[in-house]
Amino acid sequence: MPARIWALAVKEFLAILRDKKSRFVLIGPPLIQLLVFGYAATFDLHHIPYAVYNRDPGFASRELLGDFQGSRAFRRVATLTRDGQIAPLIDREKALLVLQIGPRFTEDLLRHRPAPVQVIIDGRDSNTATIALDYVNSILLAFDARWARDHHWGRPPTQLVTRAWFNPNLRSRWFIVPGIVALLTLVVTLLVTGLSVAREREQGTFDQLLVTPMTPWEILAGKALPGILVGAVEGTFITLMAVFWFGVPFLGSVLALAVGMLLFLLAAVGVGLMISSLSTTQQQGLLGVFLFLVPAIILSGFATPIANMPAAVRVLTYANPLRYFLVIVRGAFLEGDGLRALGSQYWPLAIIAGLSMTAAAWLFRRRLR
Amino acid sequence: MNLRRLRALVRKEFLQILRDPSAIAIAFFMPVFLLLLFGYGVSLDARHIPLAVVVDRPTAETASFVGGLERSSYFAPRFFPGMRQARRALGKRRVDGIVWLRSRFSRRILRGETTSIGVFVNGVDANNARIVEGYLEGVWQNWQAQRALAAGQPLVVPVKGQERIWFNPALRSRDYLVPGLIAVIMTLIGALLTALVVAREWERGTMEALMATPAQMTEILLGKLIPYYVMGMGGMLLSVAMAVGLFDVPLRGSFAVLLLVSTLFLLVALGMGLLISSVARNQFVAGQIAIVVTFLPAFILSGFIFYIPSMPAPIRILTHLVAARYFVSILQTLFLAGDVWPVILGNSLALTLMAIFFLGLTLRRSHKRLD
Amino acid sequence: MVAETTLTSPLRLEGVRKRFQRGKESVLALDGLDLDLAPGQVTGLLGPDGAGKTTLLRLAAGLLRPSEGRVFLFGREGGAEDKDLQVRIGYMPQRFGLYEDLTVQENLDLYSDLQGLDPEQARHRQDELLTLTALGPFGKRRAGALSGGMKQKLGLACALLRAPPLLLLDEPTVGVDPIARRELWEIVQGLRAAGTTVLMSTAYFDEAERCDSLVLLHQGRLLRQGSPERFTEPLRGRCYRVRHADERRRALRESLQQRPGVRDARIVADGVRVLTGPEPVTPEAGERWEPMPPTFEDAFVDLLGSGGAGSVATASAASPVSVGDAAAETVVEVKELRKCFGRYEAVKSSTFTVRRGEIFGLLGANGAGKTTTFRMLCGLLPPSGGSLRVAGVDMRRAGSTARARLGYVAQKFALYGNLSVDQNLAFFAAAYDLGGPARRAAMARAREEFQLAPYGAVNADDLPLGIKQRLALACALLHEPTILFLDEPTSGVDPLTRREFWQRINALAAQGVTVLITTHFMDEAEYCDRLVLMSRGAVLAQGSPTELRTLAQSPDRPDPSMEEAFIQLIEAHESPLRQAS
Repeated sequence: MPARIWALAVKEFLAILRDKKSRFVLIGPPLIQLLVFGYAATFDLHHIPYAVYNRDPGFASRELLGDFQGSRAFRRVATLTRDGQIAPLIDREKALLVLQIGPRFTEDLLRHRPAPVQVIIDGRDSNTATIALDYVNSILLAFDARWARDHHWGRPPTQLVTRAWFNPNLRSRWFIVPGIVALLTLVVTLLVTGLSVAREREQGTFDQLLVTPMTPWEILAGKALPGILVGAVEGTFITLMAVFWFGVPFLGSVLALAVGMLLFLLAAVGVGLMISSLSTTQQQGLLGVFLFLVPAIILSGFATPIANMPAAVRVLTYANPLRYFLVIVRGAFLEGDGLRALGSQYWPLAIIAGLSMTAAAWLFRRRLR
Repeated sequence: MNLRRLRALVRKEFLQILRDPSAIAIAFFMPVFLLLLFGYGVSLDARHIPLAVVVDRPTAETASFVGGLERSSYFAPRFFPGMRQARRALGKRRVDGIVWLRSRFSRRILRGETTSIGVFVNGVDANNARIVEGYLEGVWQNWQAQRALAAGQPLVVPVKGQERIWFNPALRSRDYLVPGLIAVIMTLIGALLTALVVAREWERGTMEALMATPAQMTEILLGKLIPYYVMGMGGMLLSVAMAVGLFDVPLRGSFAVLLLVSTLFLLVALGMGLLISSVARNQFVAGQIAIVVTFLPAFILSGFIFYIPSMPAPIRILTHLVAARYFVSILQTLFLAGDVWPVILGNSLALTLMAIFFLGLTLRRSHKRLD
Repeated sequence: MVAETTLTSPLRLEGVRKRFQRGKESVLALDGLDLDLAPGQVTGLLGPDGAGKTTLLRLAAGLLRPSEGRVFLFGREGGAEDKDLQVRIGYMPQRFGLYEDLTVQENLDLYSDLQGLDPEQARHRQDELLTLTALGPFGKRRAGALSGGMKQKLGLACALLRAPPLLLLDEPTVGVDPIARRELWEIVQGLRAAGTTVLMSTAYFDEAERCDSLVLLHQGRLLRQGSPERFTEPLRGRCYRVRHADERRRALRESLQQRPGVRDARIVADGVRVLTGPEPVTPEAGERWEPMPPTFEDAFVDLLGSGGAGSVATASAASPVSVGDAAAETVVEVKELRKCFGRYEAVKSSTFTVRRGEIFGLLGANGAGKTTTFRMLCGLLPPSGGSLRVAGVDMRRAGSTARARLGYVAQKFALYGNLSVDQNLAFFAAAYDLGGPARRAAMARAREEFQLAPYGAVNADDLPLGIKQRLALACALLHEPTILFLDEPTSGVDPLTRREFWQRINALAAQGVTVLITTHFMDEAEYCDRLVLMSRGAVLAQGSPTELRTLAQSPDRPDPSMEEAFIQLIEAHESPLRQAS
């Protein structure tokens, strides 16, 4: 009976929206997470604190250091005069790296001799160190090319011309923010569905529900609907925020994203209902959501590429609905993908949705026995 | 302060922990689970990056360049007959980048003219793209140098960076992720679990019953602090054992210092947990608040994954309020660098102040009254 | 200390007001209360829901501070932080905070330590209390696995570990079966003998009568204070037992209630008890009026009114069901029903039948298997053996249509707390397939008959308990079920609401609705047509209330009340077991 399902869905909505606390849970944390994630979660480096120990009196070193000074990525925090000053600076995390230039830097260069620059870097945060070294290298490369041209070193045989597609300036915010759309949609959907049955069990209303003519399927459908709707509204809102607040370009088809989101929501709701059927208390439900969410995020390619994971872990990611939806969101945002281009992501989501829904229904019925 | 009452409260708490599967799950299962997940699942160190190679006209020169790619452990080159196919593969995310050697490549090299090598990367994952780019540059520079050497006229590059990477020369990301994770795990036990269990006492009415006994508020609070302190330290030791034993992360600092700063951080986390539960006397709300104000910041704003100096100024200021920030800094230093006293002392001072603040506020707010 | 207690009042309140902030509005829970407790007495605290009983007890325990006025404990002002006072007060909250993950023994140990008993003393006292409460054999069981009444007893035991000079008990007997209640009462008596002053709130009139002194609160004010006799004395000559040769008790009660000059009419053992106004009422033909001594219940009703009884009596809860041969048709049939949870046999081989239009009561001590039986009948639990049929089908296998025929009110009124009254009604109407005009009609009827209209927009959680109960019943009746299951619907509900509730049930039964009900109130058992007495999962006795009472007759107790009958029958069955423990 659709009327019964609808009535249950309406009741679920009211139960969520009338309560100030749960209303806040749906609006507050996602918004905070969106803003904090959007701004804080970036691998782009700015203001890398660095120090200079320049023993060269010549102009070449000044020119090179000028390049660093002109880069927004670097911020000079100290100018050293002694070798012994380097270690404390790095140890105390005052500077991430120190550029050390030898006394004959300009002289060597003018004599067409290679002149090294020593880059001493703090490797504690290895990811930051890797990226910072990359930045240093590109400044050095640019300096080399200019110096070679201006001082007749002969032309290099080849040059590397790199172009980045979809994200020409390699802004990691363009990567992270669409990812948050997927992430928060999942969080909200799981919170709405994962606790709904447990809440009724705790409050004793579940028995009341079971003695009505509603069938288990109807109860599940009635519980699924609000999850899908809340997830869709929240997902849409965050998508709009991504486009209009964070200025991430949306190049693909809205329909392709919508189809993907629907399939993803079905899968997420299925997982949520599975957790719900298994837990007797809200605390267990919350824990279940947490236990699913953390690996789902980490093994999704949200922050780190799936390709870097060991093979065994990579296999696991195929069961993760977030993995596919991330591709869909990023494809629709940055790569201009349409329905056809994302087809390969739709069907695994559909399969996961079908399986999780069936499993939820089975678990649900089994728990009633 | 009555030791017998305190002992009774502590024993009660332990019995409850032992019998509540969800407490055990948070305290013992989660740390192992997170460590395994991060230890094995999260890596920013790319290996075998799928790379499309398009060679318009194969020659000895192109073969030597491609050979460099093939020998590199970073890349898994795949050959495509033309750019159209390669572009499609890039669009479908089958490859992370394309290297295109045009038909004029060998001709121009042999004539001594500068020729370009086309590189296209998928910029969606900007960080990954930058890493791919960096690795490619390395392969290219190598190849140029070797070619020049073979020709008997070593290539002279004006300025070359000589990298000296301290503390983690191989730049293994595991070595910095695992210590940071300890902060997250201790936050989980100290703040989230504590907030939940105290909220549960309010929910079930046991708090009212406790208050009606001669037990003092300080005893009731200590009765919570001590067991979860033990649990938190247990979680920490478990994590350290796994980090050192399983993931080969070096522990260069002293163990005593580790114990001491962990205690400090745990006191902050416990203080926050107790404070949260005294504000929200309901498990669901307490859990939500704990996740938003302690767990997520420990993840994102602590410098555990994302580099704090790169964040926008308002957020950078915000990170000073995140206790995990100070702890992560100490942990990464203790594990990878050793006892660097300025780092340890400065951050410990911040942690001490926060611990005093949160515990003091909790004590002030806790009365043996219901209103 | 004894000298001191006799001199100063253990608890004195002077002009105490207590305000609570509930959302935007401020609620006045206590409104200028003056109270002085006599030392060494048991004082009962009575009043309808929301009268301020719990607030008063919490103030006395120092857990709340008065907004105005002063609270003196043993002549001193000071809250829960005053250590000297804390040691002298024992307090048992309404929902006593037992640690459910801890065993009975561990709970006792914890509170012994917190109360500062030395180990020897603690062991001795614990043994004493375990025997008193008959919890001895359950020492190793987790508190969470105890039945409601056992939890209550354990809670009291924890509060009593160190017999304090002042003991505050907040409804210690809610949801507790008569036997346990009697045991609890004996414990309280023992304390009085030891010089403890007891202040306890209760919803039971028989308990009230056993108190030395009573405090009646209403809307935060003191309505009257004094000995039970002071309450009942003014009513002398206004109480009667009315019997009628032909009419059934329920019909007789209806007719008496309507009569001018009658303040209250309620069913008792073998007739109807009537409280008249100051003017005498002339009996009608066929009626026998016998003067009776007044009881506290009469005084309560006289002071507070009988809870809108008039309006309820006229209301008809459901459109009349065609009553065919009501006496013959079997609606519920249970044969050798069994239910095991693991190795524990919750229900063993119970057999009974219920006929159409009957009010059928399930009585039994806590943990006797009443709720389990109910849940099986409603199809919420699969039986482990035996057969059951409700309206001709097994609910477990029955489809939606069969379930639409029954209504169910679970223990503790399962309503959606943050939905308004109207939204609750609308949801259950839709869940029972009422659509469009039918739904509107059903909701309108429910609002009118259960007088819910003023609460339409109020969240179910914010309703007083009595209204909550009304709403739960209204929700279960929306679809006009022919069978109604009520699991302890009156537990924790104040006396006036209970009467109102029973008038509705009587009206329903009169229309042919079959009602199955569990209760711990033995006066309620009198309202039933037939009863089943369960003990430890088995049916001990069944029959009409009179038959059950007859079963319990003995030379020294020729005319036992229902409560006495209950205790006697259960004890006869369980005593070997209880003693063995």
